[in-house]
Amino acid sequence: MLTVLLPAVYAAAVIGGISVVLALMLSVVDRIMNNYGEVKININQGQKDLQVKGGSPLLSTLAEQKIYLPSACGGKGTCGTCKCKVTSDIGPHLPTESPLLTTAEMKENIRLACQVKVKSNLSIEIPEALFNIKEFKTTVDSIVDVTHDIKEVYLKLDNPFSISFKAGQYAQLVIPPYDKIKNENQRAYSFLSTPQETGRVGFLIRLVPGGIATSYVHQYLNKGDSFRIIAPVGDFFLRETDAIMLCVAGGSGMAPLHSILFDMVNKGNTNREVWYFFGAVTKSDLFYVEKFRELEKKWPGFHFVPALSEPKPEDKWTGETGLITEVLDRYILKLGADREKEGYLCGSPGMINACVNVMKKHKVKEEKIYYDKFA
Amino acid sequence: MTAPEISPIVLLFASIFTSNILLANFLGMCSFISISKDIKSSNGLGLAVILVLTLTSVLNWAVYHFILSPLHLEYLRFIVFIMVIAAVVQVLEMVIDRVSPALYMALGIFLPLITVNCAILGVTLFVEIRSYSFIQTLVYGLGSGVGWWLAILALAAIRKKVDNAPVPAGLKGPGITLIIIGLMAMGFLGFSGMLNVQ
Repeated sequence: MLTVLLPAVYAAAVIGGISVVLALMLSVVDRIMNNYGEVKININQGQKDLQVKGGSPLLSTLAEQKIYLPSACGGKGTCGTCKCKVTSDIGPHLPTESPLLTTAEMKENIRLACQVKVKSNLSIEIPEALFNIKEFKTTVDSIVDVTHDIKEVYLKLDNPFSISFKAGQYAQLVIPPYDKIKNENQRAYSFLSTPQETGRVGFLIRLVPGGIATSYVHQYLNKGDSFRIIAPVGDFFLRETDAIMLCVAGGSGMAPLHSILFDMVNKGNTNREVWYFFGAVTKSDLFYVEKFRELEKKWPGFHFVPALSEPKPEDKWTGETGLITEVLDRYILKLGADREKEGYLCGSPGMINACVNVMKKHKVKEEKIYYDKFA
Repeated sequence: MTAPEISPIVLLFASIFTSNILLANFLGMCSFISISKDIKSSNGLGLAVILVLTLTSVLNWAVYHFILSPLHLEYLRFIVFIMVIAAVVQVLEMVIDRVSPALYMALGIFLPLITVNCAILGVTLFVEIRSYSFIQTLVYGLGSGVGWWLAILALAAIRKKVDNAPVPAGLKGPGITLIIIGLMAMGFLGFSGMLNVQ
């Protein structure tokens, strides 16, 4: 037995040895080459001056200084939300930046903070509102299953103990290392709760197989656990007009619209006509239906339209059937073409793109369609 | 095995022209086709290939002769060669980023892409199969790199011209490029037999 195993162990040892040498070489070179010393970052022409250690991406360098740029993908260069204006000359845009920036943005020196490395003194400009983004220490107050794959999670704010945000905005949940995930990760989730709710915030988290944040919340997070969030972020919120609101959501896309609609109720802003289309596959994917039916009674202009794409026979479904785009198409036609409409969408990129196309077909202006895509 | 008796000068010209890594051995095709749209990028990638190819072929030669061969672990060569290539590219990226940010920007995404360029592993394996000496390896690595660079520059130049030609719609892009490569390879076939590489 041993004689059979010996060559394998021998080979493994040699491979291991070579890997260690290569890894050592890499980390030594990294130490020497990536050492840029102390550099200064000047934010908004002297509004804030930071003394930081160079060599890391701008996004994480700023985060270490408690300035949080929005970043739905956690610095992987895929979502394009960490845009920031860099006024110092740091060379042309990188190939990893250009797909996520428009030509106009490039001309204005907008960069992706997660791709730009801090190597020398920098001057940057960021929206004032970003200074309000803070890290909150929280405790899990409740975790409830609302469907077979969506959990409603409420967090009690410990420090700071209150938050002010606009309904529809989102938070970055900080997922600590767990199981095979060795690094801390951040994922964006929209607030489910309204800004009026003091001391606690809610989220809807749908299980995505293999998802870092979703697996953590579904399998590891328990009531009473401490948890960190970074908030508030995002520009998806209610625009104060009189236009008809066409809200479309699917699955956990419920959260920001729930927050927006109940925020309107809390503020007594219930004069607008609202159509809320909620897409699901079967009846087991529907939730909060009772809650919105109650709302319809209190708010005459509010209409909740849940639609199932593949109802099962045992669902005994009598409501709308079909893809959410087909249902949306039918209803917009009934509303009449001449009335002004605004779109509020939250869901998967595929669903949003399809719904934007339907709305554009019915002459809803593209700049009046607001959405929050799952990144 | 002893090294073949080929003068380094002959080997240099052989690797550039008669057995060009791209047009005679068809290695490194994916970036050859996708990057050759633009002469500037082609030049950047070509220079990066020269650098990486020369370095990795020599390093892998040393690893093979001083580690794998004495330990009788030749069968591990594939995995070890790939590890060395990946590490060299990483180190190069860091060094170039520090020493010459301008060159780093010019090479951009191409440098990390080279890790998966099969011409790099191909040259290392040719060196091992043909049991080249150290000098021969150095010359062959450098020559293959230069050959790759010349070939992609030539293709990029031809494609620039073809851009203005009335190419049938179905052949635009990769289609006509593959035909051009075929014609170029036939041209290079004319060199065959003039110089030997093994």
